[in-house]
Amino acid sequence: MWFEILRLIVNATGETLYMVAVSALIGSLIGGPLGIFLATSRRGELFAAPAVNGILGIVVNATRSTPFIILVVAIIPFTRLVAGTSIGTSAAIVPLTIATIPFVARLIETAIRDVDPGLVEAARAMGATRLQIVSKVLIAEARPGITLGITLTVVSLIGYSAMVGAVGGGGLGDLGIRYGYQRFMPSVMLAVVVVLIVLVQIVQTVGDLLARHFDKRARRT
Amino acid sequence: MNAPAGQRLEGPGLAAHIAQEPAIAFRNVSKSFADAGGAAKVTALDALDFAVPRSSITCIIGRSGAGKSTLIRLVNGLEKPTSGSVIVDGTDVSALSESALRPVRRSIGMIFQHFNLLTSRTVYDNVALPLEIAGVNRRAIEAKVMPLLDLVGLADKSRRYPSELSGGQKQRVGIARALATDPKVLLSDEATSALDPETTRSILGLLKRINAELGLTVLLITHEMQVVKQVADRVAVIDGGRIVEEGDTYSVFTRPQHPTTRTLLADVVGVHLPAFVTSRLSPEPKPGADAVVKVIFTGPNATEPVLAKLGETMGLHLNILAGAVDEISGRPYGTLVVSMDAGPETLARARGFIHDLGLETEVLGYVV
Repeated sequence: MWFEILRLIVNATGETLYMVAVSALIGSLIGGPLGIFLATSRRGELFAAPAVNGILGIVVNATRSTPFIILVVAIIPFTRLVAGTSIGTSAAIVPLTIATIPFVARLIETAIRDVDPGLVEAARAMGATRLQIVSKVLIAEARPGITLGITLTVVSLIGYSAMVGAVGGGGLGDLGIRYGYQRFMPSVMLAVVVVLIVLVQIVQTVGDLLARHFDKRARRT
Repeated sequence: MNAPAGQRLEGPGLAAHIAQEPAIAFRNVSKSFADAGGAAKVTALDALDFAVPRSSITCIIGRSGAGKSTLIRLVNGLEKPTSGSVIVDGTDVSALSESALRPVRRSIGMIFQHFNLLTSRTVYDNVALPLEIAGVNRRAIEAKVMPLLDLVGLADKSRRYPSELSGGQKQRVGIARALATDPKVLLSDEATSALDPETTRSILGLLKRINAELGLTVLLITHEMQVVKQVADRVAVIDGGRIVEEGDTYSVFTRPQHPTTRTLLADVVGVHLPAFVTSRLSPEPKPGADAVVKVIFTGPNATEPVLAKLGETMGLHLNILAGAVDEISGRPYGTLVVSMDAGPETLARARGFIHDLGLETEVLGYVV
């Protein structure tokens, strides 16, 4: 019995990690450049395109304001198109990724905006191309902020992934609801919560350490 | 200097012509910005003409908002003029596209008030950045960066991050970085304004050394008159988007013509009369009043015992009210304010006596 529950928890943890890792990765790969573009495309900036910036901003806001569980259901046709099915762990990655993109984009936009505009000016004065400015100045200088943003994204994804049980996504949240709530097994619920807390704790600690490592600015004490 | 018509420029003639051509020339440059509301235009520069001689250290001074920052940013194309042209080393940079500007910018170094060093890069990597941008390979970068760090006296700090350095050290890194691509022109945007006076002196000393050793043309903008006094060969005063006065530093500082220049220099050069004198000073002579005369020492006669001779030969009673000796671009400039018990006639003779010794005088007023 206990062995069985342990097996369930291990499996569910694996599913959660799989969903979170894949959607964080793809979401960051798309959301990162989107965030950089949002941060640099306003009037007078590096990639000035105020109209596109405005439209993208609205799309990002709209996606972010849609409750995740509604997003999961609303994009089922799209999920089926991409994943071939709308049910299961792999299918759940689609809505998780869609929700991650604008989330990451806003966080990275903020991190990039925090970079001193004087550094961009200095790089321009050196004869840097726009892509060199992005890679050698903006991303390099925003690394602590970007790291913290992605950490926050992963932590949030761990929470979001609990909801994809609704479409058979599995994972820890799903296990907690089905066993802990529907089958009246509070100990399973407790175990799930403990595993989630440990996961979040690990992610946050690693993220903080990395961000600290990247941050060479003077520390205020 | 223009060659006479019909004469072809070649050989030494051409070389001389190029040497005479200014490093930077602003021709009829205007720049206006849309204001915050977007409707009204704010004129930052107004049909400005100005030339920076090759291998000089030229300072542009002015109040904040006078258009200094805009002016210096036109040189490397960070700003574009609304009209007119900016010629740097024979190239009209105002006509170049962003991509055509890139190689030009590599030949123009720039240092900033807030240093603008990348916090995520070490001292070494900050100096290497312009070389990386220019596509220089790793080995050539190393061969370039270490001598530069030696030049600015920071070779032992190459692995440190900017946050571990003092303000003066950060600006030294900024200077090394600006020199990395062997520029012909160095622009300094208020580079010492965030530094204390002692650090300012050492940074200016470094700029002077670089100017002398590398023959680099240095263009500084500043609102600090002390900076100009210490480092500049030439100075230009900008006010209301125009150059209102320019010349070699010594003449501008000792004989300022424009009211703006006079205001800017008021606290920097010469003497300040104590309040008890200024409050009693009247512009018209009164019977029994003493004349207050400023004596200006500029030439080699500064060593003559002028006042003693004056008292002796004319039987005057002299009283020293204030005095100061300044050093302006390496030359002494002395001012002495004396009062003398002289009537109009004696005063004229006394002034003639002083002028004969090669000094200048100015009557400030009369006190009872």
